[in-house]
Amino acid sequence: MTNEQILQELQPIFQDILDQPDLVLTPESNGQNVEDWDSLAHVNIVTAVQKHFKVKFALGELQELKNVGDMVELIRRKLGAS
Amino acid sequence: MPPEVASIETASVDRLILKRRRFVRELRANAPVRELRIAVLGGTTTNEVVDFLEIHLLVNGFNPIFYQSEFGRFYEDAVYDTARLAAFRPELVYVHTCYRNITSFPPLPSTEEDHRREVDKELERFRQIWQALNDQIGCQIIQNNFELPPISLMGNMDAVVSGGRTRFLLDLNAAFAAEARQNPRLLIQDIQTIASRVGLPRWFDWDRWFSYKILYTPEGNLAIARSLNAMIKSMYGMAKKVLVLDLDNTLWGGVIGDDGVDKIQIGRETPLAEAYTAFQQYCLDQRKRGVLLAVCSKNNDETARGGFSHPDSVLKLEHFSAFKANWEPKHENLLHIARDLNLGVDSFVFVDDNPAERHIVAAQIPGVAVPDVGSDVSRFIPIIDAGRYFEPISLSKEDFERAAMYANRAELTALESKFEDYGAYLDSMEMEAEIDSFHNVYLERISQLTNKTNQYNLTTRRCTLAEMESFQSDPAYVTLYGRLKDKFGDNGLVTVILGRKKDDELHLDLWLMSCRVLKRDMELAMLDTLVRRARAIGTSRLVGYYIPTKKNGMVADHYESLGFKPLSEATPEGATTWVLELGQYTPRNTHIAVIGRGHD
Repeated sequence: MTNEQILQELQPIFQDILDQPDLVLTPESNGQNVEDWDSLAHVNIVTAVQKHFKVKFALGELQELKNVGDMVELIRRKLGAS
Repeated sequence: MPPEVASIETASVDRLILKRRRFVRELRANAPVRELRIAVLGGTTTNEVVDFLEIHLLVNGFNPIFYQSEFGRFYEDAVYDTARLAAFRPELVYVHTCYRNITSFPPLPSTEEDHRREVDKELERFRQIWQALNDQIGCQIIQNNFELPPISLMGNMDAVVSGGRTRFLLDLNAAFAAEARQNPRLLIQDIQTIASRVGLPRWFDWDRWFSYKILYTPEGNLAIARSLNAMIKSMYGMAKKVLVLDLDNTLWGGVIGDDGVDKIQIGRETPLAEAYTAFQQYCLDQRKRGVLLAVCSKNNDETARGGFSHPDSVLKLEHFSAFKANWEPKHENLLHIARDLNLGVDSFVFVDDNPAERHIVAAQIPGVAVPDVGSDVSRFIPIIDAGRYFEPISLSKEDFERAAMYANRAELTALESKFEDYGAYLDSMEMEAEIDSFHNVYLERISQLTNKTNQYNLTTRRCTLAEMESFQSDPAYVTLYGRLKDKFGDNGLVTVILGRKKDDELHLDLWLMSCRVLKRDMELAMLDTLVRRARAIGTSRLVGYYIPTKKNGMVADHYESLGFKPLSEATPEGATTWVLELGQYTPRNTHIAVIGRGHD
């Protein structure tokens, strides 16, 4: 799966959880520049993303995520490794 | 309410995580009126539980407003910062603590005395919380007990020896329960059981604990929120009160109108029968703790009632507070049941294996709980149980006696609203019977009925088709079959009698009937015709036999109730012989119009 495909699959998850149907994610999206992406929403996003892609993020990996691009890259690595 | 929103109480955790904000926005837009102020004093990060609880309360028409303590400050907020909490004016305080909040597990090794002291010390800490809340706020308190620890340091002995943490938590939970029995303001949420049902490996979420101080999985938090939702609904009188049950393929396997009561799946004979028996037992247990039972079935009323005369039926007619078996739409019958019981239809839980019936009831009557039980009886109990519909917050003597009270009322209203007496009911059935001697076109059915009827069968004698043919043409035999029609349709050939002439006596080798026409007076109509035929061949006495089997107990008093006199003592096996002198006999049947063959 390419980074672009992963980003496309992340879109509806973020749109749903943040209740923003028109949200457009970019690799640069993060908690600062996306409205309502607070720590509680983040907990939900991490849960939903792991379930959707059937991957499990390790504790240290979660800490290093700075934006959506990092998350996409991490998911791609996890999918490739499996 | 859109169906998507209406199904929140049973939606999956994944779905709720994705759609929660949208659902909350839509529900809040309806401006729910019943404000409910809840303070959550947590030993962990409680936001996820609160989020899940919020959406469940919204869907039930509450407008919940939450106060959440800072992470881990449940004790301080309750005991030292009570004024701030009081300013929030909570109606309910939920003290949400977990095993990680225990301050003093007993040391290792521990004496019995050490162990008890630490249990008391921990209990005392919580007592201070409850006391402060009680004295200074005076609201309802919900305190959860503790799940068992994720590891057993001492293996199985952890639950046994002093100092074992498993034993410590079990002891503490027992102490909490004892407190709650004394204090009506204190309700215990049984997280020990909730966690066991989810399963501890799916309960604890260590990554989220280390990252966010959320100890439980989303699934665990949803289970907690749903149980709280049920307790709160119960506090505000919204717990369900009536379990309304379909019959065919819900309370027993098979279709009683087609298969007959003797062929329905109930009892111990097959795995399926066992499962239906277990479900009936569950319903009976619910009744014993105060839930009313009602029947709502598309069936002929008598046929439906006949199902509960099955010797293996755990449920009996007397257990039902309302009984609607007819061909009207089910949602209309539910409204009738609500009127009979003088209860709101929103206090009903409707259980039916048929998805079409569930659909129409859910669509037509908002407020009725219609769990998606599927069609597999072995799944009914866990699905209904998971709905937490009947959650009590206290159990009074009245709860346990309620069902009996309603049963009496049901009998009265049934008589009042329908017929003056049973005879009037029978007349309303517009019954018409065809009774005549065996005939070729019926021989196969006569033979089949004779060989499969087990309950209403006096001698349980089996006969081949060839034997039936020979009886038919033998002048020493009186043969009779009976067909019965009523306003609901034709029940077909339902009863058979075979009499053998011996001097001036007619010996009744066979008398059997399908249970689907029980209590219709069909046996009286048969007896009238039998007596006429017996006289016609010059006999003056009928001699009847009852030979008991495992299944035919229901006809042990058949001959007695027809006015026969015992001819001899019962044999050691319980077989009895009966005689009826024909001299005085006058016809008994008054409710069935009897015709001979060839009239239909």
